[in-house]
Amino acid sequence: MKRSLQPLVATAVIFLIAYAVSVLQFPNMLSTRVLGNFLTDNAFLGITAVGMTFVIISGGIDLSVGAVIGFTGVLLAVLISWLGVHPLLAFAIVLAVAALFGGAMGAAIHYLQVPSFIVTLAGMFLARGGASVITQDSVPINHDFYGTLTGLMIRLPGGGRLSFIGLLMIAVFLVGALLAHRTKFGSYVYALGGNSVSASLMGVPVARTTVQIYMLSSILAALAGIVYSLYTSAGYPLAAVGVELDAISAVVIGGTLLTGGYGFVLGTFVGVMLLGLVQTYIIFDGTLSSWWTKIVIGVLLFLFIVLQRIIFAASAPGEKSPEKA
Amino acid sequence: MKRLHLERLANPQLLALVGVLLINWLLFPNFFRISWQDGRLFGSVIDVINRGAPVAILAIGMTGVIATKGVDLSVGAIMAVCGAVAATMVVAGYPTPVAVIAALGVGLACGLWNGFLVAVLDIQPIIATLVLMVAGRGIAQLITEGSIVTFNDPTLIFIGTGSFLGLPMAAVIALVLMILVTLLVRRTAIGLFVQAIGVNRAAASLAGIHSRMLLILVYGLSGFCAAVAGIVVAADIRGADANNSGLWLELDAILAVVIGGTSLLGGKFSVPLAVVGALIIQAMNTGILVSGFPPEFNLVVKAGMIILILLIQSPLAGQLFGRRAIVTKAASK
Repeated sequence: MKRSLQPLVATAVIFLIAYAVSVLQFPNMLSTRVLGNFLTDNAFLGITAVGMTFVIISGGIDLSVGAVIGFTGVLLAVLISWLGVHPLLAFAIVLAVAALFGGAMGAAIHYLQVPSFIVTLAGMFLARGGASVITQDSVPINHDFYGTLTGLMIRLPGGGRLSFIGLLMIAVFLVGALLAHRTKFGSYVYALGGNSVSASLMGVPVARTTVQIYMLSSILAALAGIVYSLYTSAGYPLAAVGVELDAISAVVIGGTLLTGGYGFVLGTFVGVMLLGLVQTYIIFDGTLSSWWTKIVIGVLLFLFIVLQRIIFAASAPGEKSPEKA
Repeated sequence: MKRLHLERLANPQLLALVGVLLINWLLFPNFFRISWQDGRLFGSVIDVINRGAPVAILAIGMTGVIATKGVDLSVGAIMAVCGAVAATMVVAGYPTPVAVIAALGVGLACGLWNGFLVAVLDIQPIIATLVLMVAGRGIAQLITEGSIVTFNDPTLIFIGTGSFLGLPMAAVIALVLMILVTLLVRRTAIGLFVQAIGVNRAAASLAGIHSRMLLILVYGLSGFCAAVAGIVVAADIRGADANNSGLWLELDAILAVVIGGTSLLGGKFSVPLAVVGALIIQAMNTGILVSGFPPEFNLVVKAGMIILILLIQSPLAGQLFGRRAIVTKAASK
């Protein structure tokens, strides 16, 4: 087996063991109902995490995604409930706005030559503040089309439901995996994360790729915002606070290397499912308080970062110099 | 030497602070009025200093971290943990000094842990400190058992709301910490070593600097500052709120340091200017509240400020004005 596949395999094995242990303790967790809810409840996080995977593979970070989700929800609610725009048109508008937003961040990162961290921090403030300036209250969305979309689902044997948003997340992961591993854009992203100087010497269009990466991340965050508004039927400026941290955690747990240049979109899927499992387990247990979620996620994060270091230090000495960090 | 001195007098940070204060004065004519009451000073300016103190304290520790080309995302969570430790110990009947020292010790330990991850395990700082940022709040809630622990201990409350020579205690603590740290980095070689690590860690190590030890200490200082800020905030509201204490303050602290002219690419840094940066942020906060805008409006202003700083610090601007272009280019490569 290739050494570089080990983080991914480790995540998958840990997920399976954790799931098996949970099922032994609570046999009901094996039902299709729980599995279906797994997908539905984590749909917005999963879609965000796909975009984050691309950003992290390219060696950057995007702190603005949670704020973009909040802003999208508010913009959708305003467009649909206050201005009477049809949801489909509203979806198109918010995706276009997000594309512009992400493109601007990517351009700033490339042309101003500043760390992605500080640019997306400004983006986070801008999106969260912008949403709060539009409205400070939760705006409900009551549209027949929303009812239709949330009503779409495939019923599974055993009472489980594969909802529209759950399926959408799976579709985004499949498209994301194809984009990362089978297209020119995908290889550019890996090249950038490996070493941006040699990438540009090899003829990778660094400026265009950087803009596209952050555009993709913001578009997917907006899509997650749409999913979130379907999930809650409302737009709220403080929605999805801290989702960027969950998304980054899911990406890291999924085996993507934080120094860039290496990672799997499907690993992120396992990461998201593992986070979902932690939450579901805590709900099933009933006696554990919700703050254990944070502690467990923190411990998992730590374990995976150390695991990555050990594997990569052993397999490729000197390939990733720590001074780069 | 003389040129340096002139630059220091007319530095953009102090001018910006004066500018923001003047705008506040235009919006609110009584802004500069200070009165003496019950043995302490009162007034909007004093309020800015008092409210800005926690971020200023965080910024003091953060400056060192950013000067080594790192970042510490966990300070907000460490604040929550240390506030929780101090509050629960006081409530449990421990003497106040013991509780405060324990809280400071916990903060120092959290910082050293970050330093260990960054220096020994060679993990990227942003990720290494992310671990505590995520887990820290959970740990704080574990300590307070999910509730807001309130206390009535007069000594502890004095740290948050008392006054010394008429100045709010929080501001005095920030000032003392600032002077101590500035002396430490400017009167000894430590500042130079920190700068050397930020510019090029490998070269610094080859030049004989114990970069590993120094990095651990820098993160330790950041954790210690976070502990001080956590105790001040908890003492101010007379309770430890694990969910909201220090929430997003790490971002304010980073912003304060960046406003203070410390480069995110490592190297050049200034502790006093970072404190001025924290005061600028707080003065804007107060101005927005005074002029009747919703507090969320602040975020938009902060975003605009970051964009402005990025434009000023960018190599593009350097080329336009023909200064520092070579330096910034070399740093970004």
